[in-house]
Amino acid sequence: MPPTQPELAEQPDTGSETGPDTGRTVLDARDLSRALTRISHEILERNRGSRDLVLLGIPTRGVHLAHRIAAKISEVEGIDVPVGSLDVTMYRDDLRMRPARALLPTEIPPGGIDDKTVVLVDDVLYSGRTIRAALDAMNDIGRPRAVRLAVLVDRGHRDLPIRADFVGKNLPTSTAESVAVRLEEHDGEDSVTIR
Amino acid sequence: MKKHLLSAADLTRDDAELILETAEELRSLADRPIKKLPALRGRTIVNLFFEDSTRTRISFEAAAKRLSADVINFSAKGSSLSKGESLKDTALTLEAMGADAVVVRHWASGAPHNLANAGWSRSSVINAGDGTHEHPTQALLDAFTMTRHLAPEKGQGLDGRRVAIVGDVLHSRVARSNALLLHTLGAEVTLVAPPTLLPYGVDSWNVQTSYDLDAVLPKTDVVMMLRVQRERMNASYFPSVREYSRRYGLDARRMATLQDHAIVMHPGPMIRGMEITADVADSERSVIVEQVTNGVAVRMAVLYLLLGGAEPAITTGDTVPEPVEGSTSSTTGDGDDA
Repeated sequence: MPPTQPELAEQPDTGSETGPDTGRTVLDARDLSRALTRISHEILERNRGSRDLVLLGIPTRGVHLAHRIAAKISEVEGIDVPVGSLDVTMYRDDLRMRPARALLPTEIPPGGIDDKTVVLVDDVLYSGRTIRAALDAMNDIGRPRAVRLAVLVDRGHRDLPIRADFVGKNLPTSTAESVAVRLEEHDGEDSVTIR
Repeated sequence: MKKHLLSAADLTRDDAELILETAEELRSLADRPIKKLPALRGRTIVNLFFEDSTRTRISFEAAAKRLSADVINFSAKGSSLSKGESLKDTALTLEAMGADAVVVRHWASGAPHNLANAGWSRSSVINAGDGTHEHPTQALLDAFTMTRHLAPEKGQGLDGRRVAIVGDVLHSRVARSNALLLHTLGAEVTLVAPPTLLPYGVDSWNVQTSYDLDAVLPKTDVVMMLRVQRERMNASYFPSVREYSRRYGLDARRMATLQDHAIVMHPGPMIRGMEITADVADSERSVIVEQVTNGVAVRMAVLYLLLGGAEPAITTGDTVPEPVEGSTSSTTGDGDDA
């Protein structure tokens, strides 16, 4: 139904060209790093160590964030926490409303997720629909002992009864605004901007 | 915007790469305990087979079921087709049943094209082999298998790779679709066959041709053997089976002249002892069994991209294809629906 125009507007390049000039920076590289350090400590505190932890990032940026959290946990505990990625494209409730989308990688760590504490990692929590899709996707992969949610930014406006356990920054927004998370690995710099 | 897959020539390079990348993600599903994805829940896919098939029909059925679609199998034997019902009436029946996609194999070249364009039904039509014309999903799964072996790193392609397609090219829809798709993907195709088994007009195919298998083998990265389709032959194309095997069969001696990384393929069904010897078919270079496994993933990718969204992701010509790198999730997109 939607013509090609809205698709083009969504392309990442558009965002990266105009992003830094037009947006107001909410977190810079150092804020972002501190927020991830705090999340890492909170995860360890809540889990009482890194035992049976699995970090699953939601592509694309959630996966980078999951790897960073794992690195920070490794610094503190000296233990490598398994990191994977979970693509939720086929589980989205709006799959039928847009043209078929390219799939992103799903990589489950070798130990699986059965009886593990899975921490889902995503960049922005908004409607909660992505997380609902992630919970459904996980259902087909295994049965974790518990599932937690870590997000870099919680911008509110939930459509579903879903909340994050670990939040980098609570960011009150209006629905007209858009939040852009940019990460070194993917966009060449670390920042969160609002526009 | 097309919603059919009738010919490998319909696919742009971006389309083909999108299908191959999607198939790569879907292949890992085979290793999971629950081999099921919800993408095509509530969609109905009809397998309409006017010609015998083992691999392709089972492959399409498995692909559709793994995507949670409802599958109806319809073969010529045991249906009203054997009573003389026309393709049109069959199409109208399928339309009345609400099929979202029809996977069709037909002995007549062009039958899927008719089904798609005659206005008899609104379903997507996927060509699963028509006469001696085309078999696009086979070409896709072959390209997928080649990519996995010859270009395993992400972003690598088949550019400049040499593929030899050997045997009964004249009757082979697999050869035709492969020649078209591999050209799109930048590979160099050489057709090797006796002069009688090369099709008329092959000089316009963007391929090289050779009558000498021994000269081609040492330079090629892939050798794809074709079955001699005697059921389609109404004349004598070569003096004897033995002579054919001697000149165009792949045996251990010939296989030894291949480069170390080269792979041996066959679309099946193979006649061991004719175009390929048993020791070659079962050797480590042979990826024939893997081709079948990959077929399911590739067909899942095609079905998903044609039917999974509001409109097909596979485009042709007039529309701008979506970007295919891993970066499709965008900054604003993440923010909007996260």
